Amino acid sequence: MANTAHGHAAEPAGDTRRDFLLHSTVAVGAVGAAMMVWPLIHSMNPAADTLSLSTTEFNLSGLAEGQRITIVWRGKPVFVAHRTAKEIEEARAVRVAELRDPQTDDVRVKKGKEQFLVIEGTCTHLGCIPMGVKTTEPHGDFGGWFCPCHGSHYDTSGRIRKGPAPLNLHVPPYQFISDSTVRIG
Amino acid sequence: MNTEKSTIRKIYEWHEARLPIVSWLDHSLGTKYPVPRNLNYWWNFGSLAMFMLAVMIFSGIFLAMNYTPHVTMAFDSVERIMRDVNYGWLIRYMHANGASFFFIVVYIHILRGMYYGSYKAPREVLWWIGLLIYLAMMATGFLGYVLPWGQMSFWGATVITNLFSAIPLVGDSIVTLLWGGFSVDNPTLNRFFSLHYLLPFVIVGLVFLHIWALHVPGANNPLGIDAAPADKIPFFPYYVAKDVFGLAVFVVIYFAVVFWAPNLLGDPVNYVKANPLVTPAHIVPEWYYLPFYTILKAIPNKLLGVIAMFGSILIMFALPWLDTSRVRSASFRPVFRVFFWIFVANALMLGWCGAQLPEGLPVILGRIGAFWYFFHLVILLPMLGWLETPKPLPTSISQSVLKAAE
Repeated sequence: MANTAHGHAAEPAGDTRRDFLLHSTVAVGAVGAAMMVWPLIHSMNPAADTLSLSTTEFNLSGLAEGQRITIVWRGKPVFVAHRTAKEIEEARAVRVAELRDPQTDDVRVKKGKEQFLVIEGTCTHLGCIPMGVKTTEPHGDFGGWFCPCHGSHYDTSGRIRKGPAPLNLHVPPYQFISDSTVRIG
Repeated sequence: MNTEKSTIRKIYEWHEARLPIVSWLDHSLGTKYPVPRNLNYWWNFGSLAMFMLAVMIFSGIFLAMNYTPHVTMAFDSVERIMRDVNYGWLIRYMHANGASFFFIVVYIHILRGMYYGSYKAPREVLWWIGLLIYLAMMATGFLGYVLPWGQMSFWGATVITNLFSAIPLVGDSIVTLLWGGFSVDNPTLNRFFSLHYLLPFVIVGLVFLHIWALHVPGANNPLGIDAAPADKIPFFPYYVAKDVFGLAVFVVIYFAVVFWAPNLLGDPVNYVKANPLVTPAHIVPEWYYLPFYTILKAIPNKLLGVIAMFGSILIMFALPWLDTSRVRSASFRPVFRVFFWIFVANALMLGWCGAQLPEGLPVILGRIGAFWYFFHLVILLPMLGWLETPKPLPTSISQSVLKAAE
């Protein structure tokens, strides 16, 4: 062992004890540095208090047929629509295979509560808020919502039909906690 | 004559032996830095960019003393700067318009490099560092625009951060990480302020590298030929004097806008406080991003649009190899010169399209322009290098002057 401590010359190239020490030191140091980087990155993710604001409750009884409103969940708008029979009909009549993001209307609403559509009001293109909640606003070519930023059209089920957005408006996780109250989140 | 050194001289030499900072400056931007004798006024824009960087850092430091990075207070703190803080209006207008003038100067600086082939061997790394500075400027400008927390701040931040959601699989997680929440909100504003304060100093570091990389081959010149030592003159006093003169002219124009048209380049919608539940009818970025915004809008697919937009800047890193001509200066490339100006006109048209609503003619022009942008860089430049016959180059800078005098 004493011999190996002296000079590289006598050693076969590449796998001396000194190289081993060097490489293992660098490796352990790199792992240590990487372990320090993660807390810094993760500190930028949503904090506990931000996460705790994650549910919103809303009473649907005041929402007339044909009416749409915007409520706030996690700092972002959620559209709640009380759809008319005609709107539901239109949403169901679509041939799913032709959609960009194929989804039937059934999977986007709760069974027995098909008249209520609850969707995140954030365009899946670049996050603008589509217009169409107020009757005076444009509803797009498919009677749903229209995003003014880059021209995406959504239908009465909130599905993307035309324009640059890749996905349907997201359906947030929600449940009916009573006959007329939903909890979002 | 007194051969004894003066006390000041002794102190200077004592200090210089320990930290030779004066000699270093003299070699960097002084009498020991030889520069081609034939530089024209387009070469003023490098020093003007450095001046604007200094203006932005100093005005920004003083703005930060009165700014509050919180969603409920940011907008009002900016209004307080405008109305109540002594000369706050001046400092803020210098900063806001300074960003525009910084970009004007840097765009001219970049186009000068493209016209005179300054990106070609042996200056490729110099060109790269310049592009990194430009990218850092774009990021800093975007982060800073969010801070007043107006409607355009908020929705600009929303749209730009959502660009990253186009990344497959991890896109949404990245956007949540950038936001620190589920939408652009207070954590976003806080980190944007932190990073907006940090990045200018990163730019300062990059500027050091840029100037270092400049000093290895030395400055290019309008003829694009290597300058012989006899064709070089010291930076001080010659180009310092010329730069200061150019600076004086520039400052007149800059402050004319600061004093008499401070909102010329701004969007009035940003004087409405941010509302996370109402998107403005027409979201437009600041003018200096518009050509790239048009390229994003030109492609009716989210991921491809985002790739094209970032690609339009990243492709510039390959410019030294896309341009296959060995002749640097457009003065000796008659065909390239025509296409260079078409490229500039096309970029201006892309900028105009970016400010329009995404429907009708601007969409068509935007698509043609976006196509031409890439066609110029990827197809035309390599072809031109092979097909074009350049004019004969002068053997030296002095020869070109003497021939012209005959």
